[in-house]
Amino acid sequence: MTEAAIDIEKETGSAITPELVAEHGLTTDEYDRLLEIIGREPSVTELGIFSVMWSEHCSYKSSRFWLKKLPTTGPQVICGPGENAGVVDLGDGDAAIFKMESHNHPSYIEPYQGAATGVGGIMRDVFTMGARPIANMNALRFGSPDHPKTRHLVSGVVAGIGGYGNCIGVPTVGGETNFDARYNGNILVNAMCVGLAKTDNIFYSAAKGVGLPVVYVGSKTGRDGIHGATMASAEFDDDTDEKRPTVQVGDPFTEKLLVEACLELMATDMIIAIQDMGAAGLTSSSVEMADKGGVGFNLDLDKVPQREANMTAYEMMLSESQERMLMVLRPGTEQAAEEIFRKWDLDFAIVGETTDSGRLIVSHSSEGGVVADLPVAKLADSAPVYERPWVKTTPPETLDPKDVKTPDSLLGALAQMMGSPHLCSRRWIWEQYDHMVMADTVARPGGDAAMVRVHGTNKGLAISCDVTPRYTQADPYEGGKQAVTECWRNLTATGAKPLAITDCLNFGNPERPEIMGQFVGAIEGMAEAISALDFPVVSGNVSLYNETQGEAIPPTPAIGGIGLIDDVAKRANIALTGSGDRLIVIGANKGHLGQSIYLDVIAEDAKGAPPRVNLADEIKAGNMVRSLIHAGKVRAVHDVSDGGLLVAIAEMALAGGTGAHLNVYEGDLPAHAFWFGEDQGRYVLAVPMQNVDSILDQARALALPALKVGRTGGDKLSIEESGGIALSELREAHEGWLPNYMEIS
Amino acid sequence: MKTSVIVFPGSNCDRDVAVSLEQSLGTAPDMVWHGMTDMPSSDLIVLPGGFSYGDYLRCGAMAAHSPIMRDVVKMARDGVPVLGICNGFQILTETGLLPGVLIRNNSLHFICRDVSLRVERNDTLFANRYEMREVIKVPIAHHDGNYFADDDTLARVEGEGRVAFRYCGAEGQIDDQSNPNGSLNNIAGVYNDTGRILGLMPHPERLSDPALGGIDGKGMFESLLQTVH
Repeated sequence: MTEAAIDIEKETGSAITPELVAEHGLTTDEYDRLLEIIGREPSVTELGIFSVMWSEHCSYKSSRFWLKKLPTTGPQVICGPGENAGVVDLGDGDAAIFKMESHNHPSYIEPYQGAATGVGGIMRDVFTMGARPIANMNALRFGSPDHPKTRHLVSGVVAGIGGYGNCIGVPTVGGETNFDARYNGNILVNAMCVGLAKTDNIFYSAAKGVGLPVVYVGSKTGRDGIHGATMASAEFDDDTDEKRPTVQVGDPFTEKLLVEACLELMATDMIIAIQDMGAAGLTSSSVEMADKGGVGFNLDLDKVPQREANMTAYEMMLSESQERMLMVLRPGTEQAAEEIFRKWDLDFAIVGETTDSGRLIVSHSSEGGVVADLPVAKLADSAPVYERPWVKTTPPETLDPKDVKTPDSLLGALAQMMGSPHLCSRRWIWEQYDHMVMADTVARPGGDAAMVRVHGTNKGLAISCDVTPRYTQADPYEGGKQAVTECWRNLTATGAKPLAITDCLNFGNPERPEIMGQFVGAIEGMAEAISALDFPVVSGNVSLYNETQGEAIPPTPAIGGIGLIDDVAKRANIALTGSGDRLIVIGANKGHLGQSIYLDVIAEDAKGAPPRVNLADEIKAGNMVRSLIHAGKVRAVHDVSDGGLLVAIAEMALAGGTGAHLNVYEGDLPAHAFWFGEDQGRYVLAVPMQNVDSILDQARALALPALKVGRTGGDKLSIEESGGIALSELREAHEGWLPNYMEIS
Repeated sequence: MKTSVIVFPGSNCDRDVAVSLEQSLGTAPDMVWHGMTDMPSSDLIVLPGGFSYGDYLRCGAMAAHSPIMRDVVKMARDGVPVLGICNGFQILTETGLLPGVLIRNNSLHFICRDVSLRVERNDTLFANRYEMREVIKVPIAHHDGNYFADDDTLARVEGEGRVAFRYCGAEGQIDDQSNPNGSLNNIAGVYNDTGRILGLMPHPERLSDPALGGIDGKGMFESLLQTVH
């Protein structure tokens, strides 16, 4: 390949106009910066390369400054943010590799393919590091059930997630789903994947060494998804439907072959570096690999496997065709590596080599040779970093529970809440996901956290996804803290020790100070909880510009956490079984109704401050509950979250098909605040009689509130004198809403 | 006892069934790549679940023409026992070794859940550890498990007692409510005319380990241990 000089006229026949720059999402300042870096006018291909590298999606230019405030280290962390995914030590030479990522914009435009390729993309991030994917999760936010598009979006997203994960044979073990009118114009589809690797066989993206073959494997490159990263970095407007061609199309069968081929190759020592082609495809994978390795890349686009005729360099560099990987191999191994990929019927092409030039030089013979010649380090590291102006969100006043409407009956309110879109069973969703393939799913969807066994051992990996958008909307700081803590609590409730998290930060337009203020608040709240709980962030993703016509989503920092238990036989689940166990609530009941489900469903209001998390109490309660689980002292455990105490107990009763008799509340709070308040840091324990006293003593010694609230048994839920509600009736309300909603056409 | 598990591109329950086979039979099966043309000698052949070739054509249609299948069909006709689970069942119907077809679930959704099955025969290689009419719990996970056959075929399958399992209620009742996918006569699995080839949509390998929530599927692998030589 030849020297730098590029003849713009020869390549494109057109010069760079201000309109063209604007269409690529670059500001005038950013374009000036580009000119300064390369010292001449760029070619159109080069402009395209810069535009995707500097897009919000790839460069994190609005968020980078603040992301540095999140704790990312700990003895359990093998690799934190910056690689394809985070790596955490599971002991015995095992490592978990995991990440969560958004696919919001494409899923709104084309729900099936948008969601499917979100799942495919996150799995590639995980297996590119040498892990076999063992579990998928997802966090979904849809608009109001009354919105005309919601049904179509739910149906398409769920089918897309299932269609991809089921085919590839990785269980989708759980997740969370919300309905809220504030997502009407911007749904959120956040997909998480957890993989299992050996600590001594983890693969990274740094292409260290000169003269090494750069190899393209997987699917052919087509024109799909061009500018996907740029689309994900802008708001929606009336022309959103016209963006449909930027959505990629998934092929889970090819990805299945790619997983197997990559893992087969990874069992050898042929790979020096590997990276999946995700957002900004060939451009970002080659720039990142070259930059981390401190080398240059020469790429010959003539060699790139192409699905369509007459593709230009611009199209090939920006395509987001799925199921593709870029690797740098040890010289001399090309043939053996190729045989593996041919066996799996995948494309394999040597498309370039590493150089000592420090430049990305791209050539394409049909366009006259060199079409891009750019400095790698500048391309990777010189993206602008913005400290955007922000204003702090003013949290609402705390709501006095006495000012909240009293229900006609507690159990009537319970039934109404359990049958509401907020709390109804998500069975209709997760039964469309194969959650058992790989035969290691020990805790299926529907509990506090899912759990999969580390294959071939008794160790269990608990996984949970959490955030409460109505809390983060009211107070991003408390909400951010709560999201991290609830995840920690959900893992703890299974008996697992929480290890680390991945985050998927979904917000509106960061150029608006109030949105940036939400972002800053959430980060600060998350950071406080992460640090207190020793629950570091090891990977993540930021999705901004989730706005339509100036209406932003609630701030939604989704947290995906993993935890470890040394023996799956010790784990706890939420199901009440048998009769005569005592129900004990650990943690303080203060009747917090601000931003609660009760307030929304029964009082049809949304006000007040969200509940506050007391991290010191949280740790005390969590550690005590975990030790009780390990010691086999409790029969069932459930954390108290959405809907409060009575909802938690009802969920436990439904899960086990065993009822409960509850004591009449005689404290100072209004009864509905006691039963439906959403105070944090609480767990419900079902305790065999003989362990009750010792548990109460233990709580007292730790100065932890512990209150007996009832006992298990029967086939209804009752509060002393009241007649109670049959579990069958409660189940009908709880299970009925979603299928009924989805099956009305 | 030598068992072979055929691995197609897109098979994804091959490892799961291999684990169950090894646990029950004591020896690990041979994993046989679909592109081979010669089968190793085998006392039992298993076609695992998954999405062979992505199931982009009719489920199982491509896999039925994989190179290895010529030998598999020949051995099956010679009496070597064959077990097809889920996608494996679909492949067996595509080869013509088993009657009927599996069409899209009547809900049009993929369904993954535990179902109750009634054991319709226990005089076979695959089911001798079960009681007649015993109700067992085994999971399904499929998009295309709705068993269909023309009237004559169905009459023959029923008349010759070739139904292996039916979807049923907790008490063994056969009704629409307990039929998860629209299968004719609630059929979940069928035998060939000799009873040595079984195809079924449910996944016995997924409930063969107490840690996973049940062991009702294990009876099938233990039955094989007892009868296949």
